[in-house]
Amino acid sequence: MTAPTSGMAGTSEGAQELHARNETDPLELLREEGAVLRLPEGTVVDPGDMSVEIAENETMIINMGPQHPSTHGVLRLMLELDGETVVRSKPVVGYLHTGMEKTQEELMYIQGSTNVTRMDYLANFHNETVFSVAVETLLEVDVPERATWIRMLFMELNRVSSHLLFMATNGMDIGAISMMLYGWRERELVLAFFERTTGLRMNCNYIRPGGVAVDLPEGWREQILAMCEAILPRLDEYDTLLTGQPIFQERTQGVGVITAEAAIALGATGPVLRSTGVAWDLRRDMPYMYYDQLDFDVVVGRYGDAFDRYAIRLNEIRESIRLIRQIVDLVPAGDYRVQDKKVTPPPRGRIDESMEALIHHFKLFTEGFKVPAGETYVAVESPRGELGGYLVSDGSAKPYRFHMRDPSFVNLQTLPVMLRGGFVADAVAIISSVDPVMGGVDR
Amino acid sequence: MSAAQTLLLAGDPVFADGVDGAVLLIVAVKVLVAFAVLMVSVLFMVWFERKLVSDMQARIGPNRAGPWGLLQTLADGIKLFFKEDLLPDQADRRVFRLAPYLSLVPAFLTFAIVPVGGVIHIGERSTLLQVADPPVGILFLLAMSSVAVYGVMLAGWASGSKYPLLGSVRASAQMVSYEAALGLSVAAVVLVSGSLLTSEIVAEQSGGLPFKWNMFRLGFVPFAIFCLAATAELNRPPFDLVEAEQELVGGFHTEYSSLRFALFFLAEFMSTVVMSAIIVTLFLGGPAGPAPDGGILGAIVPIGWFLAKMFVFLFTYVWLRATLPRFRYDQLMDLGWKRLIPLSLFWLLVLAGMRVDRKYGFAVFAGGALLGLLLIRALQIGRATTEGEVGHAPAFEETR
Repeated sequence: MTAPTSGMAGTSEGAQELHARNETDPLELLREEGAVLRLPEGTVVDPGDMSVEIAENETMIINMGPQHPSTHGVLRLMLELDGETVVRSKPVVGYLHTGMEKTQEELMYIQGSTNVTRMDYLANFHNETVFSVAVETLLEVDVPERATWIRMLFMELNRVSSHLLFMATNGMDIGAISMMLYGWRERELVLAFFERTTGLRMNCNYIRPGGVAVDLPEGWREQILAMCEAILPRLDEYDTLLTGQPIFQERTQGVGVITAEAAIALGATGPVLRSTGVAWDLRRDMPYMYYDQLDFDVVVGRYGDAFDRYAIRLNEIRESIRLIRQIVDLVPAGDYRVQDKKVTPPPRGRIDESMEALIHHFKLFTEGFKVPAGETYVAVESPRGELGGYLVSDGSAKPYRFHMRDPSFVNLQTLPVMLRGGFVADAVAIISSVDPVMGGVDR
Repeated sequence: MSAAQTLLLAGDPVFADGVDGAVLLIVAVKVLVAFAVLMVSVLFMVWFERKLVSDMQARIGPNRAGPWGLLQTLADGIKLFFKEDLLPDQADRRVFRLAPYLSLVPAFLTFAIVPVGGVIHIGERSTLLQVADPPVGILFLLAMSSVAVYGVMLAGWASGSKYPLLGSVRASAQMVSYEAALGLSVAAVVLVSGSLLTSEIVAEQSGGLPFKWNMFRLGFVPFAIFCLAATAELNRPPFDLVEAEQELVGGFHTEYSSLRFALFFLAEFMSTVVMSAIIVTLFLGGPAGPAPDGGILGAIVPIGWFLAKMFVFLFTYVWLRATLPRFRYDQLMDLGWKRLIPLSLFWLLVLAGMRVDRKYGFAVFAGGALLGLLLIRALQIGRATTEGEVGHAPAFEETR
């Protein structure tokens, strides 16, 4: 490993920047050229395929991001260009790193969900669920059925809102600016329901250890069904505007192709993996909660290109709406959180009446609750793939360690493979098709 | 009149009796009016585009400055005027300063040859409603649209920065290659009209029925090609690769700020307006349309027709922007070189054949069509063979 050159931030992995060819270690070069670590060398990059014949002074290293409009926040991508063709590329992350996992260790379990909800901020309910379920597993409490169904309902709604945002940004990145506003408009319907229920549009902090924060509002069934009714015909309009649009197809079909082997070797999950034809969806393959009682299809692509990833997400919105319609009928009556006052706070009204309630309330919000020592891993299928939470408890009221296996972070590894040989314009379409959320990547 | 004068000034009846004070006054007034009208139309074009796009995108758009936000562009202009004028360290200073003018001035000059109305009479004198009517009119148009490339190209190159450089490379390639298609479709017009004078091209198309318009007379193909190529020349969506906000962060004008940026912005919209006017002139008969003879109305109604036709194109440009995704660089080049240029060459030959005799025309058409079909078939076979070798094989069968 070459030493980091002067003035550049080094990590334990060396400098993150993309260096000129002659300054780069051959092994590193092979990796940047698209070789995948866990693949036998040569399966992805044929040594004869390496673009060594390009003279040093004919390529240009260009920074895309962290302040580039199409890198979805603060992703920095260093590209080596030969004309407009991408020869090598390297994603550089860390520009949104705020130490949230470390912060998690300083927050009591009862405060934890307000932190995790800000990690992958477009899939906040999935983050909250992962954290809450992990805590409940260690606590060995059984969450009421209603709470679990509500969680599933919100996760599916969240998938719809996240994929709608993808529709918006993907359209925007390819130059269809109207699509951005249409996607935003439909997402607004979902966010309005979140706000009505939780008081917040994005970082809701609604799903907490022990259940959910408040019960569903009056008339929620009708509101949700009306929302589904409103969104479905709009999806058909997207089909008219983009799916069948020849320019859009030319821009995305055959662009950013990745094989199933490479995607699996790189640990990609979610639409990125499914676009290659691998039908892997945790909701079906490792069922959690009550997903085994529901009827839905896993949408799978075939060519592993940007168009497949777009089409998968579009159809996943339809599948999620199908799920939501089933869930709405299945949500049972009952408690929306456990009635264990050591874990969930007493209702506000009880505090004025009952000494015991007051004590519980005070203890809960000053000391929190202690979780038995142990460790657990909980994974759900977030809109971007497998979202896993690894929780280690040492028996105190704060986690010893909480790590998020964020799909955006893992999926970013596929970028150098997909970008290689494409154009700069393709790079934009490909980044967009991976749909990374930098809040989740950097945590 | 001297030869030089004839070359420049012919066509316009105002010069028939030589040049005196009154003639100079008329010309000066025409220049000023054209300038003012163009500036104001750009002002409203920007507003129109923003308003229309917002309507199509289910949002409100500018509505603060002036009634319905009409003065928004003016407000933006004033804001830009007071902004800091940055000059990057790496920039080639002189070229960097020159570039915005190279883009703006051709847009202005092109408008000079557009006939906005018919002949009007002021006292004893009569003049055409166009600033200049040089006998080289169409060549002047092509020359100006070529000069405009330099503005964009030099701006990107002189910025001394990587993104603008990419933008400027794209710009030169795009504008030069579409220039060819543009020129060939204009050649079709010239071939049929037999004149380079814009006033004559317009006069030739007038006469009541729209079937005399070049759009129909030339068989629609040159019109369609011209419209496409013009959109590419203007760098308007879906051919706005040169600026491509999402890829090149603004492309050639990334490094520009303040008034210099405003000039580029102005040039872009002015070119849009002027190009619409040119399309109307070349293919839609300019101011031709039912109008009363003589009098004030006789002078105004043709202008109305001209503006109405122009409006159709302005609307279409905005509509395209709201609807279509952007082309990619290589796709754009494919479209230009492999489709538009061969097609316009072929059509030019057909039209030339028709000029000689109808049967020659049909012979050329049949021969060309046959050759074209053969070529397409050959390409298909070629493509099928290569794809068979490399393959687009499905990576994995379904796991379940």
